[in-house]
Amino acid sequence: MSLETSNITSEPPSTTINVNNEIFIDLNDTELTLGLPGESRKLEAKRKFPDVFVLKLGRNDQHDMTECSVVTKSSPSKEQIVGWPPVKCYRKNTTINDCKYVKVAVDGAPYLRKLDLQLYTCYQQLLCAFEHLFSSCFTIRNILNETKLMDPANGTVYVTTYEDKDGDWMLVGDVPWKMFVESCKRIRLMKNSETIDGSDLLKKF
Amino acid sequence: MTHTFPEEVLEHVFSFLNTQHDRNTVSLVCKSWYEMERWCRKRVFIGNCYAVNPRVLIQRFPEVKSIELKGKPHFADFNLVPEGWGGYVYDWIVEMVRVYPMLEEIKLKRMVVSDECLEMIGKGFKYFRVLSLVSCDGFSTDGLAAIAANCRNLRVLDLRECEVEDLSGYWMSHFPDSFTSLECLNMACLNSEVSFSALERLVARSPNLKILRLNRAVPLEKLSTLLQLAPQLVEFGTGAYSADVSTDVYSSLVAAFSGCKDLKDLSGFWDVVPAYLPAFYSVCSRLTCLNLSYATIKCPDLTKIVSQCHNLQRLLVLDYIEDTGLNSVALTCKDLRELRVFPSDPFVADPNVLLTEEGLVSVSKGCPKLQSVLYFCRQMSNSALISIAQNRPNLTCFRLCILEPRAPDYLTFEPLDVGFGSIVENCKDLKRLSMSGLLTDRVFEYIGTHAKKLDMLSIAFAGDSDLGLHYVLSGCESLRKLEIRDCPFGDKALLANASKLETMRSLWMSSCNVSFGACKLLGQKMPDLNVEVIDERENLYSISESDPVEKLYIYRTVAGERSDMPNFVRTMGKDDMYNLS
Repeated sequence: MSLETSNITSEPPSTTINVNNEIFIDLNDTELTLGLPGESRKLEAKRKFPDVFVLKLGRNDQHDMTECSVVTKSSPSKEQIVGWPPVKCYRKNTTINDCKYVKVAVDGAPYLRKLDLQLYTCYQQLLCAFEHLFSSCFTIRNILNETKLMDPANGTVYVTTYEDKDGDWMLVGDVPWKMFVESCKRIRLMKNSETIDGSDLLKKF
Repeated sequence: MTHTFPEEVLEHVFSFLNTQHDRNTVSLVCKSWYEMERWCRKRVFIGNCYAVNPRVLIQRFPEVKSIELKGKPHFADFNLVPEGWGGYVYDWIVEMVRVYPMLEEIKLKRMVVSDECLEMIGKGFKYFRVLSLVSCDGFSTDGLAAIAANCRNLRVLDLRECEVEDLSGYWMSHFPDSFTSLECLNMACLNSEVSFSALERLVARSPNLKILRLNRAVPLEKLSTLLQLAPQLVEFGTGAYSADVSTDVYSSLVAAFSGCKDLKDLSGFWDVVPAYLPAFYSVCSRLTCLNLSYATIKCPDLTKIVSQCHNLQRLLVLDYIEDTGLNSVALTCKDLRELRVFPSDPFVADPNVLLTEEGLVSVSKGCPKLQSVLYFCRQMSNSALISIAQNRPNLTCFRLCILEPRAPDYLTFEPLDVGFGSIVENCKDLKRLSMSGLLTDRVFEYIGTHAKKLDMLSIAFAGDSDLGLHYVLSGCESLRKLEIRDCPFGDKALLANASKLETMRSLWMSSCNVSFGACKLLGQKMPDLNVEVIDERENLYSISESDPVEKLYIYRTVAGERSDMPNFVRTMGKDDMYNLS
């Protein structure tokens, strides 16, 4: 499964830079969301989305077709000063975060997987993680300014849902990342049979 | 005058002098005492490896059995000293293997130790007993294998906070079956898994093993096996403290811990599963030292633990302990001497825990023996600092880090000058001070006036002008180590107090306002100082006189300019006669 250039975005946003077959897309322009297609969503200030999302194209690498290298700011609030606060390097390296492993089920996949949500700082990284775990099922696509999980073989789009503390099934992406991590008990990627054709998407909603 | 004590008597008298300080003092009495003392000194401590060189050491002390060396400046711990700066122990080892074949102990701090060095140690010293490496780097587990394989009489292998290239855990299997003398093994900083059966057999055949600190890779399920083989342990560090909850594992652990009647010191506790915490409750009342600074457990669990530690003298913990946990410490740990509270999330501005200045004030009030504090927090006030100072005039070490640089008193928005001033005024025996928060030149005036016993001072993002530095250099009579970053201190104070620098071990200044020209002048005028300019941005031979240097490290030395400098370090004023540009 290799990404073909034509499937990414037909009209790259003005902030797209094409360098060595890598397309840099400024996510703020594409208004990355995980919502249902056709809905307009506002980026909430509390979300921490990476500034740049890199899709490596046309690589020979069979194993990692869509290598997600997400560039994120290391600190959510400000730039880090070298050597401040004065915490020894080995203390910084030990993972202080609790593990938060949740089950991830994908419709049609023969078995479930587990993910440590504490390893990620934003929804985009989570999408990448899904892509890695279930690479045979789907891949990340940019369709009509929305990033979606899609099986290119048959056009199936997956919708990410999760079960929260109250036992309700919610759409992933509504609440700030930290709130999501705290309330998420398990994740399910549901098949939403749609074609890539934009008109179909619009018809539904 | 020839009628003096016979040498043997003097030597016997000197053998009661154990501290470096006392031995240095007697050696100044007269020439014969100097000679006498140098022939019988067995332990040598060198606080700055570049203050002397191996030749000087060997010439003066021919019978050394134990050597302790320190290399890089303290701020290397926080990535402020570039890689390759120096601190190599290689030349020392080469010389010592040649001259001190009976050497028994090597203790190094912040030095670069290669595998080749470790191999030389293993093969060069037949009676080698103690290897202690603190905050060292440059070696791999292959080097450890060489130590294990060759040191037949090893007692202590103590690796603390080292950066080790972890090639495999196989190094431990190199200890021969005939090796039974181990007393201390600290491998907590290693990442890779050692063969558990090798570890088990090693512990089983080491009846004198008193200190065992495992690394994270040793699973919890295996702990009881080890503890049962070594019930004589006095200090123990667990590995990862997590496992699937199982009554079998739990009850073995309980039994194993209660079997260790001499256990006084616990550490480790990575990845804690709270359900397993009660397993070591039986040891709590005997503990004098508890290091939970890697334990990601929250306040209620922490409080439950500390409230059982009536005999605790040293506590290291994350700020998950919160103010309520520290209140518990204040109520329970009446013998507490040292408290260290580390930040769980140092790079986030907003508080993630309910830890404030209150916790520290509470401990200062409740723990009458508290002498040493290292505290990271997000807010502080002058009134809190004054309370602490008045509660605890017996403080000898006070290191406060308010996470936000230049943070003022959160109640009054004033600088924290008065608060820290109160600390130095009340705590007359204060030897070490680290400051943070919003500070003007005034705090330095207080320090210069009152901190007469101060030995080490760390300053960051503080002060208004050269006056601040001048107060410190001219007032602090006992000052030996001064480290400064991001302060507006420049040439005037430094040059005006040049002779003070010869009475100190070292001065570090980074991101300040000291000009290249001033460094040159200082280096020229003071032949017994090495004035090292460290600058990775520029070619050191093309910086103009008025440009501020990036980093500056000044230290006294009898060894002259060192020969192992990288291209981003230059010793000023020494090479100028030969500098043609």
